[in-house]
Amino acid sequence: MTEIPEHLRKRAEEARAKAAAAKGGGDAPAAEGTSGGSGEKVPAGLLDRGTPASTPPEGAAVVPTGPAQGSGPDGHNQRLLTVVKSGSIQDTKSTPVDKVHVWPHLLVAEFLAAIIITLFTTLFSIFVNAPLLEMADFNKTPNPSKAPWYFLGLQELLTMFHPMVAGVTIPGIGLFLLVMAPYIDKNPSRKPEDRKFAVCLMTVHLMFWSVLVMIGSFFRGPGFNFVFPWNSGLFFEL
Amino acid sequence: MADDNGKKLALQERMGQMGDQMKGSQAWASIFRPGSIFRKGYSDNPRNRSYVIMNSVLYHLHPVKVKRHAVKVSYTLCLGGLSFFLFILLTVTGIFLMFFYRPTAAQAWDDIQALQTAVGFGLIVRNMHRWAAHLMVLSVFLHMARVFYHGAYKPPREFNWVIGVMLLQLTLLLSFTGYLLPWDQLALWAVTVGTNMMGFTPVFGSQVRFVLLGGVEIGTDTLLRWYVLHVLMLPFVTVIFLAIHFWRVRKDGGISGPL
Repeated sequence: MTEIPEHLRKRAEEARAKAAAAKGGGDAPAAEGTSGGSGEKVPAGLLDRGTPASTPPEGAAVVPTGPAQGSGPDGHNQRLLTVVKSGSIQDTKSTPVDKVHVWPHLLVAEFLAAIIITLFTTLFSIFVNAPLLEMADFNKTPNPSKAPWYFLGLQELLTMFHPMVAGVTIPGIGLFLLVMAPYIDKNPSRKPEDRKFAVCLMTVHLMFWSVLVMIGSFFRGPGFNFVFPWNSGLFFEL
Repeated sequence: MADDNGKKLALQERMGQMGDQMKGSQAWASIFRPGSIFRKGYSDNPRNRSYVIMNSVLYHLHPVKVKRHAVKVSYTLCLGGLSFFLFILLTVTGIFLMFFYRPTAAQAWDDIQALQTAVGFGLIVRNMHRWAAHLMVLSVFLHMARVFYHGAYKPPREFNWVIGVMLLQLTLLLSFTGYLLPWDQLALWAVTVGTNMMGFTPVFGSQVRFVLLGGVEIGTDTLLRWYVLHVLMLPFVTVIFLAIHFWRVRKDGGISGPL
């Protein structure tokens, strides 16, 4: 038989004595049990099983037939040593989350999206050819010379600022702010009505680049001078 | 007529039997793990729906279940997934293009010309590569805007936003390095404008430009350098960042909740 630690044995003895006193003195072992639990939310029935009765129940004393004679109130021979609450071992969510299976709900949507984009790209490629101008020639500078469309905002800035400011400082600061956004924006709420300032700032930022790209793409002609596409035609290749 | 029907039925039966035999074979069962929708006796029930993900390679990407709102197309607009899919499409079409392209100033343009005129499907694959590239820049940009407007970069997803901005820059670099490769007037002068701008980096501007061009001006060395960046180095870095990006999406508790 395994040795029972000293403090546990003492505690068990105390409990046994207490239970005996309760049985002898009054008729409320359950009440005794719940007060012993000191406000823990443990069902009274469970605690009751933990307090072994010194006197076996009436029926058991008369006919000791079973092979394992329990010493508990209902003939049980196991005891409640401790109650481990669910939160301490495993992370239980207090509010259930409404979830769906990835198959088929998400995979079907993804598959459809992939097919649609493939179809779109294929069809577009059948009807519109990618540009291939004449071979690169260092002696023939096209007028205007334009960067790829996503850099046309920067090229547009070049007309207003010193190249270092337009090409490095402004986009550098823009990118830095973009990367740092989660650390700058300390507002915990995700609701649009709580973050009007952040939404405004981002919209201005996005609009700033979009408008610059539009101007650079469609409103700049020879010499990178301002033109209207409906008067002078388009100077834009993708 | 009746005879015809009988023949058809027999054929159908035979086909069905063959299908059953194939699906019952050891080879088939070894390819499709339990729970696969292609496995014999698949039935649609919650347990099998879980197995479809759990027992397939998709488990690297998707959990078994996601929040219900996460599959609403109106919430995510599929933009992140589309960006990734365009990346795959670009890889596939790009590999095709690599078979017909040599990155030297003397051959590059001729190779593209030959690809368009003499190679089967050459023109359409090149078109797809180009349009998908522009689309990817657009979809990555829109993905970023969508994430911002949903406040999805807030804790615990701050670092995934940082990785996302890196991926945006990698996308732009991928597109820009690819821009030079056809070696036509458009490519040469667009890249000239772009790299001149980088030359104005403070302190070591001319060095930055020298490293990028592989010389003092654009030439064959630049073409080789940008080719290697475009087909190998930048995709490699992008794939690593993508892996971290997707992994963090799950570790941070799936996509952000409804507003």
